[in-house]
Amino acid sequence: MRMSYREAVRAALHEALTTDDRVFLMGEDVGRYGGTYAVSKGFYDEFGPERIRDTPLSELGFVGAGVGASMGGMRPVVEVMTVNFSLLALDQIVNMAALYRHMSGGQFSVPVVFRMATGAGRQLAAQHSHSLENWYAHVPGIRVVAPATVADARGMLAAALAEQDPVVIFEHVELYNLEDEVDSWECDLAHAAVRRPGKDVTIVTYGGSLPKTLDAAAALAADGIDAEVLDLRVLRPLDREAVAACVRRTHRLVVVDEGWKTGSLAGEVIAGVAEECLYDLDAAPRRVCSAEVPIPYAKHLEDAALPSVDGIVAAVKEVCGA
Amino acid sequence: MTEDADAGLGVRLLRDMLRVRRMEEKCAELYGATKIRGFLHLYIGEEACACGVLAALTPEDNVVATYREHGHALARGVPMTSIMAEMFGKATGCAHGRGGSMHLFDASRRFYGGTAIVGSGLPLATGLALADAMLHRAAVTVCFFGDGAMAEGAFHESVNLAALWRLPVLYVCENNLYAMGTALARHQSQTDLRAKAAAYNLPATSVDGMDALAVHAAALAAVAGVRDGGGPAFLELRTYRFRAHSMFDPDLYRDPAEVATWKERDPIPALAGRLRADGVLDAAAYAALEAEAEAEVADAVAFAEASGWEPAADLLTDVHTPAPATSTNGGAR
Repeated sequence: MRMSYREAVRAALHEALTTDDRVFLMGEDVGRYGGTYAVSKGFYDEFGPERIRDTPLSELGFVGAGVGASMGGMRPVVEVMTVNFSLLALDQIVNMAALYRHMSGGQFSVPVVFRMATGAGRQLAAQHSHSLENWYAHVPGIRVVAPATVADARGMLAAALAEQDPVVIFEHVELYNLEDEVDSWECDLAHAAVRRPGKDVTIVTYGGSLPKTLDAAAALAADGIDAEVLDLRVLRPLDREAVAACVRRTHRLVVVDEGWKTGSLAGEVIAGVAEECLYDLDAAPRRVCSAEVPIPYAKHLEDAALPSVDGIVAAVKEVCGA
Repeated sequence: MTEDADAGLGVRLLRDMLRVRRMEEKCAELYGATKIRGFLHLYIGEEACACGVLAALTPEDNVVATYREHGHALARGVPMTSIMAEMFGKATGCAHGRGGSMHLFDASRRFYGGTAIVGSGLPLATGLALADAMLHRAAVTVCFFGDGAMAEGAFHESVNLAALWRLPVLYVCENNLYAMGTALARHQSQTDLRAKAAAYNLPATSVDGMDALAVHAAALAAVAGVRDGGGPAFLELRTYRFRAHSMFDPDLYRDPAEVATWKERDPIPALAGRLRADGVLDAAAYAALEAEAEAEVADAVAFAEASGWEPAADLLTDVHTPAPATSTNGGAR
């Protein structure tokens, strides 16, 4: 069936709320307003204010309440409006949710799901546009996922709710209107997925950069370069085997990551390849990341700051010596 | 309450306070002997707070404490052996040696830590109460924190949320007049902490934190109100720590005369004297309580000494929950 990414997230939430009484949705304007990105429109009337909880503007408070509620036997889905706002709640995610199981010697699990919008492209300027997925992916004890397809948007929530540990789901703002035919969506939260097979070069990416990367691969095909596109899907733990397997096949690597290059996930992917299969590479790998600047407002400047189809094409051609 | 029950309560509180006091005195000694490492924050002087409040709870209730939580753990029923073993970092510790002094946990006693980011327990406790409310359980969550935590956003966000949603949580501020080394008037614009809490539209009470019976009575009343669906409540316990903030603290910021004045109000002799005057506890009975506490401490130390270390090969366990789940979250009560 054809559906948008937004409809997929919405259907996944609806299914979770319908099938498990312990599930509830909590966040800023998820209820009466219908969700900042209209994901939960109508839920307030259908499920009531107990399970669709509008919170005060208290990221630290309600994120922590989600942590506690999960330890008390519920399955909260906590929506943080954007990853930028989640910094106000970082203490409860990084110092509490991620650590509680280990710090307590395995006595407490924290089965909470955090959803947050991420990424740029809507001229929302510096405080609403950043990609900080790698901040979370750095931390042991949490699982970090980035659904980049409509099917993953539909399937990853159920998989996240089946976890006993905290899961952070990043929904890129530019993906909500993406449409696709989706017939099956059951998935795991462990493996990367090849979105386009190819033999000349591997382009690794995730989240909102996947459509750009697929466009770049199509453009490259016209120029005679057959690019493979690997969608990481899960940012922690990284599927390093999948990356290595691709590199062993294609011998060339480009990583596309909307985060800033310094300290990026792209760097981590390449470091993993260097440790695992450096000598399978026929050329130095390249990273296509955001420019090292706060994302600006003006459209032409925002575009210039972000990974672009042209930029990906150019990096691939360089790696391929084309 | 009958006179007999009251007498029994007094003896119980005195026994609990003595156990905490003697255990911590031994911890200080063992710290000097390098058996205990890391940070060690002693509760000595504040025992009436944890002992008085926790005696007002049932096993179904939840407790969230701070990094100065040895007394809370013990008064909640966590065995002294497993507390001491945790201080030693042994595998038999109440967090398998992963936590140490600041991170004592016991799921079976609904003791949720032991958390060492000031204020971090407040949102967590609020969430535990949210789960109880949504699951229609009669439990109360008690959250301890200090005067320092009341300058954290976590306090304000949590109390606002709990009051807004009428969650069953009792916020207990142990006001020992110092946020580490910074005096109350130097870190709070409003030093009447009860007034700060009351601004969130919940019942807020202040009580002498050096009087175990007064703490207990106030806690009992507050817990009853919370359990009856009255929403959250706030209790300020005015107390004082007799020792330095931690073993690294030279305690240069307090006037020794101030410390001496507060020591005259030591909650243990205060309660012992009162029970003696009431004819409830004679010298021999008091000596028996002392001997009992000393023996328990000796046993705990012996247990910790004799316990083994977790193999380093197990380092990566308990980062994630293995399947099938072994957590006791929301477990049977």
